[in-house]
Amino acid sequence: MPHPSTGRRARRARRSRVAWIGWLFALPAVVMYATFVLRPLLLTVQYSFYDWNGIGSSTWVGLANYGRLVTDPELFATIGHAFELILFFSLIPVLLGLFVAATIRGIARSRLATVARTVLFLPQVIPLVAAGIMWSWLLSSTGLANELLSAVGLGRLTRAWLGEFGTALPAVGIIGAWVLVGLCTLLLLAGMSKIDPALYEAARLDGAGPVREFASITLPSLRQEIGVCVTVTVIAALASFDIVYIATQGGPGNSTMVPGLEIYYLAFSEREVGMASALAVALVILVLACVIPLQRFARDAR
Amino acid sequence: MAHRSPGRRLFAALTLTGLLASAACSAPGSDSGSTETDASAAPVTSATCGTGPVTLKGYFETGFPLPKNLSDEFTKQFPNVKWDIREDQFAVITQNAPRVLTDDPPDLMRLPQVSELVKDGLLKNLDGYAQAFGWDKWPASQLEQMRVSSTGERGDGPLSAMGLNFSMTGVFYNKKLATQIGMTQPPATLAEFDTVLQKAKDAGLVPINQFNGGATGGLAFPLQNLMAAYGDPAAINQWIFQKSGATIDTPTNLQATQHLEKWLKAGFFAPDINSQDYATMMSRFIGGKNLFIFDGDWESGNLDKQMAGNVGFFLMPSAQAGGKRAAMSAPLTYGISSKAKNADCAAFFLNWVATNQQARDIAVEVGGSHPMGPADAYMPEVAKDTVTASTLAAGATIGQDNGAMDFIANATGAIYAKGWTPQLQKLAAGQQKPDALLKSVQKDYESQVKD
Repeated sequence: MPHPSTGRRARRARRSRVAWIGWLFALPAVVMYATFVLRPLLLTVQYSFYDWNGIGSSTWVGLANYGRLVTDPELFATIGHAFELILFFSLIPVLLGLFVAATIRGIARSRLATVARTVLFLPQVIPLVAAGIMWSWLLSSTGLANELLSAVGLGRLTRAWLGEFGTALPAVGIIGAWVLVGLCTLLLLAGMSKIDPALYEAARLDGAGPVREFASITLPSLRQEIGVCVTVTVIAALASFDIVYIATQGGPGNSTMVPGLEIYYLAFSEREVGMASALAVALVILVLACVIPLQRFARDAR
Repeated sequence: MAHRSPGRRLFAALTLTGLLASAACSAPGSDSGSTETDASAAPVTSATCGTGPVTLKGYFETGFPLPKNLSDEFTKQFPNVKWDIREDQFAVITQNAPRVLTDDPPDLMRLPQVSELVKDGLLKNLDGYAQAFGWDKWPASQLEQMRVSSTGERGDGPLSAMGLNFSMTGVFYNKKLATQIGMTQPPATLAEFDTVLQKAKDAGLVPINQFNGGATGGLAFPLQNLMAAYGDPAAINQWIFQKSGATIDTPTNLQATQHLEKWLKAGFFAPDINSQDYATMMSRFIGGKNLFIFDGDWESGNLDKQMAGNVGFFLMPSAQAGGKRAAMSAPLTYGISSKAKNADCAAFFLNWVATNQQARDIAVEVGGSHPMGPADAYMPEVAKDTVTASTLAAGATIGQDNGAMDFIANATGAIYAKGWTPQLQKLAAGQQKPDALLKSVQKDYESQVKD
């Protein structure tokens, strides 16, 4: 007759062996994650305390790089631009996505709905670089956008949209909005299909119109999906790089310079790896500071 | 549940400690110290490619066929030499240069601004080869820009790179449009140039088109030409070469920048220059959409083909009548990594490019620019009415006037993308004043040189 405590010990030993075997299965993934995500992340943090050109010897500078981040107006401006992009990357796609998804749901049975879904999602499939090139043609001084304006008698408005200080950042924003509307629409549509149709029926019996239906049933039920949309698009705005790099490279005169691009220029053109790392760390913190409250807000719905 | 977490926590702690240890135990870059800087070039008695099979590793610039044509011809003459060539755009080469020279050292590489590469000891000192091959007997001005002291100052010091040829810049014009506004010969003074521009504007033409979009501020071309029209090109070179105390913020440079602003305000440039890249400028000029562009003779061969007989070239006129001419003129810089496996063979190739008859033919016909080498070396025949002939002739004028300058965009590795370009884009949009422009560029320059 075994002593009860030995039995428990044996069981615990077996269980912990099981736990370690579990880790063994996860090992390949853990190793990859540690090598390609955690290690670079930690190294970036480390580099941010040095003055280093990426090749030669480095000097420890403590928090000096972070100090420059808040005192250099040029670096600080990039963060302002990123927040301006949120307007285009998040607000427009989510609002437009809601509207379009509600419309598509209204015509769900017709073939038009399938076509509309495909067309709207297409930008997600196109590589961002290709999208950037295509849009820089559309928005050039001889591009389609200006030709359309001229055709309807608004020739006075034509301009090189990506080449003027006032319009470059909004123009880049429009490209981002075009890319992200499809994603938001699809996510929201999926969310809508989960809503119990009985709710709508009940509302209609109570005499609610389409607007009231949307505000009282659709919107609250979509809280989580909207949370996901906003989170994904806010990250896309704050960490934007590819669209801006292709369309304007930060120009004209830094008017579209965003943190992602500035990090790249600092590291590879100015060869200030320390400063670039500091800006990268700051960007990570900024993204987390924006996204964590959003996540909490979306989760509160439950 | 509760008893599993210590294991997990332990594992996480172990992983984190390991990572931290591997990450934080040494300062970045300390392992790749500057031990390999061979400050004194080893004396070279004979550098050849030998007779055994050799594979030269090249890193060239996309879009320019010259190095590829030269390497093909070289293999034809020396069949034991094969090539392993990688190509990238110049911007990519600029960003990759330090890493590639360290991690994946090419035998021969197209180089961006060399100061910082020399400071890090990444380039082979070519003085030994220069002596062995007699490059030191060539006109000194050809190699001057590639001589770099250990502090990064250029102009003298060990030779750290070589040219495949050297370029000449100035103003290209559309002959048909020029006749249309009555310009029968190139303007002789800056004032005459202004008059021609005004005439073109009045005739409803676009007088000048110049790329100035993205990260490539092409207004640097007319600006530097204007700087040399007003001031001394030697002083501009001092600044480009990072001589201590040099400044770009001088009275004559201010006049030049103000002159450029005057042109911009007068509408002498296409209105959308801030959105144009280099390729757009070229296609519009070739399509006859404007009268002038500021560009270099690397396009001569191309323009002679695409606008045969319809394209002319002149050097920027001086502000004074009969004043000396100056132009940006720089070698097409190639270097050898300090860790290159076949350095001797690469140096032999560079010498061959400058001295072999077929190579010099290719340098002119494909590259459009003047080959490197002794002043009295063989020169290929070029048809008289071509723009290639005009640009080659301009080289002689610049030689007499001692007016060769490197590019203000080459002063430091980052001054073009982060200094000149945004400032010139602001000037073009009327958002920056000439005085503040020069001060801002000078500030960027000082912080970059200090690093």
